[in-house]
Amino acid sequence: MNFLEEIANNPGLTEALPKEFGATLQMISISGFFTVLIGLPLGVFLIASAPGGLRPMPVTQRILSDVVVNITRSVPFAILMVSLIPLARLITGTSIGPVAASVSLSIGSIPFFARIVETSLRDVAAGKIDAALVMGSTRMQVIRKVLLPEALPGLIAGFTSTLVALVGYSAMAGIIGGGGLGRLAYNYGLQRFDTTVMVVIIVIIVAIVQLIQLAGDRAMARVDHRNAATAGAGRRRRRVPAVEVSA
Amino acid sequence: MITVTELRKSYRQGGRTIDALDGVSLEVPRGTIHGVIGHSGAGKSTLVRCLTLLDRPTSGSVSIDGRDLTSVKDSEVRSARRRIGMVFQHANLLDSRTAAGNVALPLELVRLPKSEKDAKVARLLGLVGLAEFADAYPSQLSGGQRQRVGIARALAADPTVLLCDEPTSALDPATTNEILDLIRELADTLGLTVLIITHEMNVVKRICDSVSLLEKGRVVEQGPLREVAGSLNGRLVQALLPLPPHNSSGTGPVLDLLTAGGSGSGPVLSELARRFSLDVTLLAGSVETLAGEQFSRMRVGLAPASEDTAPAEPLELNEVVSHLRARGVTVEVAA
Repeated sequence: MNFLEEIANNPGLTEALPKEFGATLQMISISGFFTVLIGLPLGVFLIASAPGGLRPMPVTQRILSDVVVNITRSVPFAILMVSLIPLARLITGTSIGPVAASVSLSIGSIPFFARIVETSLRDVAAGKIDAALVMGSTRMQVIRKVLLPEALPGLIAGFTSTLVALVGYSAMAGIIGGGGLGRLAYNYGLQRFDTTVMVVIIVIIVAIVQLIQLAGDRAMARVDHRNAATAGAGRRRRRVPAVEVSA
Repeated sequence: MITVTELRKSYRQGGRTIDALDGVSLEVPRGTIHGVIGHSGAGKSTLVRCLTLLDRPTSGSVSIDGRDLTSVKDSEVRSARRRIGMVFQHANLLDSRTAAGNVALPLELVRLPKSEKDAKVARLLGLVGLAEFADAYPSQLSGGQRQRVGIARALAADPTVLLCDEPTSALDPATTNEILDLIRELADTLGLTVLIITHEMNVVKRICDSVSLLEKGRVVEQGPLREVAGSLNGRLVQALLPLPPHNSSGTGPVLDLLTAGGSGSGPVLSELARRFSLDVTLLAGSVETLAGEQFSRMRVGLAPASEDTAPAEPLELNEVVSHLRARGVTVEVAA
């Protein structure tokens, strides 16, 4: 009872927590939305413009893939975040708060998600693309009707991972000025040694991650019609066994 | 009708030029089935990719129903391709769509109204015997059923030509025959011109009207099935009418005989025995029905019949041969 009473009377939990919880959800939602909005087309472009792709553009592809995506991904998030504060101010008019933090969260996770999209689309069997082309599909139709639907289970799994990563990034963002559960944990847990707040926040964050994972797994199972026995059949170019013709 | 003229396709690989296709010509008349058979690496896959314009040939031409595909502009390639239905080795169905959804895909591409599309999909699935599997996903279907869906999908855009790339190579023998019979039936009822790429002689034997043997990018033998099966010196005859291993080291001469359809039918061997007083030993033989005609290929050993009453007469081999030829039998003296 003592612990529950402490929770009920702790201002860090009764007053600050609901607000910061909202801020965390806000950061994850905004950056999750923009991650898909920009990361998905970027991933599609990385695949389509690759050599041997639907519309090879080797130079542009190299620049986007090697320079933009890899450099963004190789800078540690905390540093990327700080360095993007001027950009956040330019876009949102402020450098603190969940909306401003969402700018750098999005920029941090877009390349991550784009790589996942690229990998998922690459796993779609070349034969399926050939089949669609032979039917007379345009490139856009191949992307819309073959690549994306066939890769959907992988895309959902990838988006789930991205959201989970965003939960972690958002806590970090909180410390630098974004607010949210990360800042609460830092202010109360670290600076005031308030273990109760710390524990409650950890429980909440774990619960958020579990919920995201559960929802992601459910959604993936719903759209996944492949099965273990057939998944991957025809993925690679076939090897034809020896022929029985002989002189 | 499919006409391929002097088709060449060269790839550059590390400074060397590799001719995957080295002047391939073939013609498939409307409503017939032509088989292209060859080892792996013979150029079969390259031929398919050139026929569908997934690859552009280096030179030569491909025309479908008199329309040259190789000269169409890139912007017209898509509509040109719709005249070709294609069946793949692994069916290449979309796992995310039901059987009906897969068959509907080519119709969606041309934006057919929904009611028309649904009716056509139902009709096509009925045509391949899968009416009750419309809502099944590919993972719930057997290999043969998936290939049937693939065939229905290939026919969706009302093509005049059906290209089959190793359509049965991933199927078991019983299913193979079902799929082949379905292709034959569809070719006959819909008047389709069919080109089948395969490495299985069984495919050629069962449904092809004519055949090309592809080797190192070249056609080394070609013709109607009855012609290539009827030529004792050809490359394909041993595959079409195989002689089992046998021991022909006896006394007397050995003849190879080949009869096709009406020619050379009748009691050839017993007549031979009676007329020339011979002992005829059947050393090896095979009888097949190819393109609806019966073919038999035999290797026989001849020896003068030794009877107690009369001494054996010397064997007049030339007379025997000319007698058989006069009866319409193809003859070669083997030993």
